[in-house]
Amino acid sequence: MNRSHLWCLRGLLLCTLTGIWALLASDAEMAFFIGHPWQVLQQLWHWLAGGTGTLVIDWDGQPLFSLYFPGPLYPHLLVTLAETLAALALGVTSGLLAGIWLGLSPGLAAVLSPFVKAANAVPRVILAPLFLLWFGLGMPSKIALAMSLVFFAVFFNVYQGVREVSPALLANVRLLGANRLQLVRLVYLPSAMGWVFSSLNTVTGLAFVGVVVGEYLGAARGVGYLILQAEATFDVNAIMAGIVVLTACALCLDAVFGCIERKLRAWRGPDQ
Amino acid sequence: MSHALALQMRAIRVVRGAVTVLDNVHLQVAPGEFVCLLGPSGCGKTTLLDLAAGLGRPSAGQVICMGRPVEGLNLLIGYLFQQDALLPWCTTLDNVCLPLRLRGIAPGKARREGRQWLERVGLGRFADYHPAQLSGGMRKRAALAQVLAHDAPVLLMDEPFAALDAQLRQAMQELLMNLWEQQRKAVLFVTHDLDEALTLADRIVMLSAGPDARTQYDLTIDLPRPRRMLTLRSDPEYQHVYRQLWQKLHAQPATTERGARS
Repeated sequence: MNRSHLWCLRGLLLCTLTGIWALLASDAEMAFFIGHPWQVLQQLWHWLAGGTGTLVIDWDGQPLFSLYFPGPLYPHLLVTLAETLAALALGVTSGLLAGIWLGLSPGLAAVLSPFVKAANAVPRVILAPLFLLWFGLGMPSKIALAMSLVFFAVFFNVYQGVREVSPALLANVRLLGANRLQLVRLVYLPSAMGWVFSSLNTVTGLAFVGVVVGEYLGAARGVGYLILQAEATFDVNAIMAGIVVLTACALCLDAVFGCIERKLRAWRGPDQ
Repeated sequence: MSHALALQMRAIRVVRGAVTVLDNVHLQVAPGEFVCLLGPSGCGKTTLLDLAAGLGRPSAGQVICMGRPVEGLNLLIGYLFQQDALLPWCTTLDNVCLPLRLRGIAPGKARREGRQWLERVGLGRFADYHPAQLSGGMRKRAALAQVLAHDAPVLLMDEPFAALDAQLRQAMQELLMNLWEQQRKAVLFVTHDLDEALTLADRIVMLSAGPDARTQYDLTIDLPRPRRMLTLRSDPEYQHVYRQLWQKLHAQPATTERGARS
């Protein structure tokens, strides 16, 4: 199957599913619950190009400057994306460092293991009220919630990865005269980065979940907040439009990370 | 007297749990001498090499390298592993330069020297490839270049060519011989292949079948150097020594049985 063929089939599948949806939604009572694809599109158009949107950037309560957009969606989307990227950056970095550190200190890892397991076993969404209480309604509480999801996913991957580095590889680099710091830089860090990239797919999804749930539970901005508003007015079409926006963003981020990964991991060779 | 030896292992005993892996093993490698350690698989050859490298400690006995007892990692040796041990995320050139960079040699000088080593093992055109893009034989050449660039006085080699096909193995043996004859370092080369041992060695040390392997036979090989692969195997002396060693090697199961009965 060549590429254009593949994309044709994918398009066809999308059209079929949308068609079934439209057919089901032709019944007015049904449409109240599942929305109508056409109206979802209209909602998206309104969000993107109908009216205006303003985002006031402030620092410590003082407004710094304002951004103006051609639609009401952009400020919310920008906030959600900023929160997601911040949570990813912080969660991946901290997970990477903690994973390498614990992976290299078996004693410490043994002491901490039940605590780490307990922390990971807590359903993270339950922490949202705590984070709201601690960090307020703004961005930090959403970043904290998403970070708590991202951190553990990256941490466990890296921890496992560090412990599974080939013993021959380690022995070789040590015998060639590397000290502990050089060993981390030459062997553990690149090896762990491979694990980070392979978990990035899952982790991006987790970051979105954390951020949107956080916004949904208490915020004044963000796509999750938009969806909450739509729910309050039984506006199924707006909820659906919000889902479409989030899915599109997650796919875009995924594509970008995939691209970076292919560039950085040229060493994997053509076969893998 | 001991300082005259590159590597000396005295009364080595290794116990792992209830099993004695090595028992009362004595081994010496003089400077510039190529010693092959021969023995059936599982008799503890790799364990012995790891002791020499300081990657493990003997339960009893002593390892002395260049006149100094080995405690902890032995940085006076270069170790060519059986498995791939190149950094997969570095290019061939960066891998070969690694020991030079770790020794603190400036990047430019290290790269020049690294390129020379790659040329010598016939990988000049593949400096910018990653290990995953090379064939198994090419990866072995790169590993050989790396360990030779390390320039340690003693080389340990653990069946480095065992995973290669017969033709490639001969080519690698020839390459190793040529490079070794220029440098004349002390080499301890582990193999279970009689032909390989006879082609390369000045001296062959044979371990008996494990468990509780001990040095069983020590034979100096007087075949003239440089040795030519093509003519070597038709040499009557070669064939004579081959038969002798073959009989020794195949008399081994008896040792194990006797060990099992007692």
